[in-house]
Amino acid sequence: MSAYHIAANRLRATTILTVKAESPTVKTFTFKDAQCAKAQPGQFLMLWIPGVDEIPLSILDANEDGLVSVAVKRVGEATQALHEAKAGHFLGVRGPFGNSFAMVKGRVLMVAGGTGTAPLLFLAKRLVPRMARGVFVLGAKTKSELLFMNQLQQILGKSQIPLITSTEDGSCGVTGLCTELVEQVLAKEKFNIIYACGPEKMIRKVFELAEENRTNLEASLERLMRCAIGLCGSCTIGKYRVCADGPVFTSKQFREVKTEFGNSKRDPTGRRIPLD
Amino acid sequence: MTVRDVQHFFGHNTQKDLSLISSDASVFHGELGFEALGSASDICFVRRKQCFNNEYVIVTEKMLAGMGLKESGLTINLAGLQLANPTVLASGILGYSTETLERLVKGGAGAVVTKSIGLKPRKGYANPTVVQASCGLINAMGLPNPGIDEYVEEFRQARDILNVPLIMSVYGYSAEEYATIAKKAAAAGADAVELNVSCPHVKDTGSEIGQCPEALAEVVRKVRASVSKPVFVKLSPNITSIADIAEVAVKAGADGLTIMNTVKAMAIDVETAMPILGNRVGGLSGPAIKPIALRCVYDVFERVKVPIMGCGGIVDWRDAVEFLLVGASAVQIGTAISLKGPNVFRGVTLGIKRYLEIKHFEKVEEIVGLSHRS
Repeated sequence: MSAYHIAANRLRATTILTVKAESPTVKTFTFKDAQCAKAQPGQFLMLWIPGVDEIPLSILDANEDGLVSVAVKRVGEATQALHEAKAGHFLGVRGPFGNSFAMVKGRVLMVAGGTGTAPLLFLAKRLVPRMARGVFVLGAKTKSELLFMNQLQQILGKSQIPLITSTEDGSCGVTGLCTELVEQVLAKEKFNIIYACGPEKMIRKVFELAEENRTNLEASLERLMRCAIGLCGSCTIGKYRVCADGPVFTSKQFREVKTEFGNSKRDPTGRRIPLD
Repeated sequence: MTVRDVQHFFGHNTQKDLSLISSDASVFHGELGFEALGSASDICFVRRKQCFNNEYVIVTEKMLAGMGLKESGLTINLAGLQLANPTVLASGILGYSTETLERLVKGGAGAVVTKSIGLKPRKGYANPTVVQASCGLINAMGLPNPGIDEYVEEFRQARDILNVPLIMSVYGYSAEEYATIAKKAAAAGADAVELNVSCPHVKDTGSEIGQCPEALAEVVRKVRASVSKPVFVKLSPNITSIADIAEVAVKAGADGLTIMNTVKAMAIDVETAMPILGNRVGGLSGPAIKPIALRCVYDVFERVKVPIMGCGGIVDWRDAVEFLLVGASAVQIGTAISLKGPNVFRGVTLGIKRYLEIKHFEKVEEIVGLSHRS
């Protein structure tokens, strides 16, 4: 019998090392995990909060020293429990799962919305020192929810890559949606690739803009996830499983799933429901 | 080959389509790579409407021979269902959407079983719902499903697109419920139903029915009486004698059996001293349970005459052949998809074909139960 690879990704116990508040609703948690420390930007992990739930999270950072961090927005029972947890609290980790962003080194446009900034910060850390030129567009509802501004400024500043921001309430940067900024940027400049992560409706809009400008897009999607290994079917979009075939999808793949992309997902019963 | 032969070979579903086929069917360059079509007289395989942009895919005998499909002897008759090969998608795996089922059929599945569908929508359990054990997975999904009324919409779409037998897995809390759902499944075009009387982790259904001979017999009888399609019963290994219970199911009218469902199991985290699964207990699948499943199929084959679908830990062709040798007419594959991807079915089928060639068998059915001769 062939080696059963999935058995090499068992749940590991770890403890929270540090907790940092990033915004009124987002905290980052750092812990040690040798396997996830090898993750590439775009991959995700499953985090078990014992006795509560197990949730999928984009990897925010992974270091050679074995440290891994994730950004968690308080949205439900599991994330609430995690927000209350302090350093020393036990967690279970599985992963890293899924594919990662292709590292295109030419002219790069990065578009991040809300907590979707996490995988793009990870990508920027690895990619910015090697890429030719670029622009980073960061959007959020309000100023206090613009995530990782300082870290982004530091990373992008070294390579003179502009960071432009938008907020829906106008409290920082341009007033409106970050996709409006993307439209303006694309009108002025050509890119080899656009990387995006954020609410799916935002990604859909970025996809349409990318299509109009004949620019390739790679974007990371989010879905209800249970098994994380491509079996349960909870996270499907079209013929793809977000956990096993994604979470990063290309323009070519988005064209194949146009009816669902940005429009619908599946609820816990498997029923198709509109995206909020 | 006549039209009647085709209908006989591929079941009732082709009937409507066949009447629409004219002798001047156009050339189709499909993903199967066929270049030209023969005349209508030697048609022996017809795909359903809407398969590819409303075109019909017509495969002549010559083409089938060219593909090695017909000559390979891999086709099987499973209680009246005609399968192009003996690999079947197991219930519970990726069974919601038409697109994912389509992908598994393209990956070579000879038939597919849907997720278990109940009368009402069910969310399933909180995560963790899947835990990796040493040589397999423990799951307690909790039968998440949209409910039969919602699901038939999706299922009809799948029925229109897919050209393999579609088996709907059903579960209920009473014999009446099983029968009601099975009826709706058949009306939506299910080629057969598989009764889940073996889920090890949901109260008042599944194995609680499959472990009680009286309850099981009543469920099978009621379903048998209310549908004209083949009825398969998926049994649990969590029982003293699976052969005894198999006999009960067959006497009550089961046309075929699926042996077996997962083995009741659990996982514990030593740091927190807590059960890991949200539901605490679940069912073990994967290579760890293959020897148990083999023994179960072996025992059941000795006692009943209906076809058996072997299920439990099949990852490659060798596993599949082992199941055929102990008495399974087909094999169901689920957990292995996480390891080998959706094309695992094709790989297993090719391996079986190669085995038949090397051992000088003409048809897959010749090796079914071969281990019982000694």
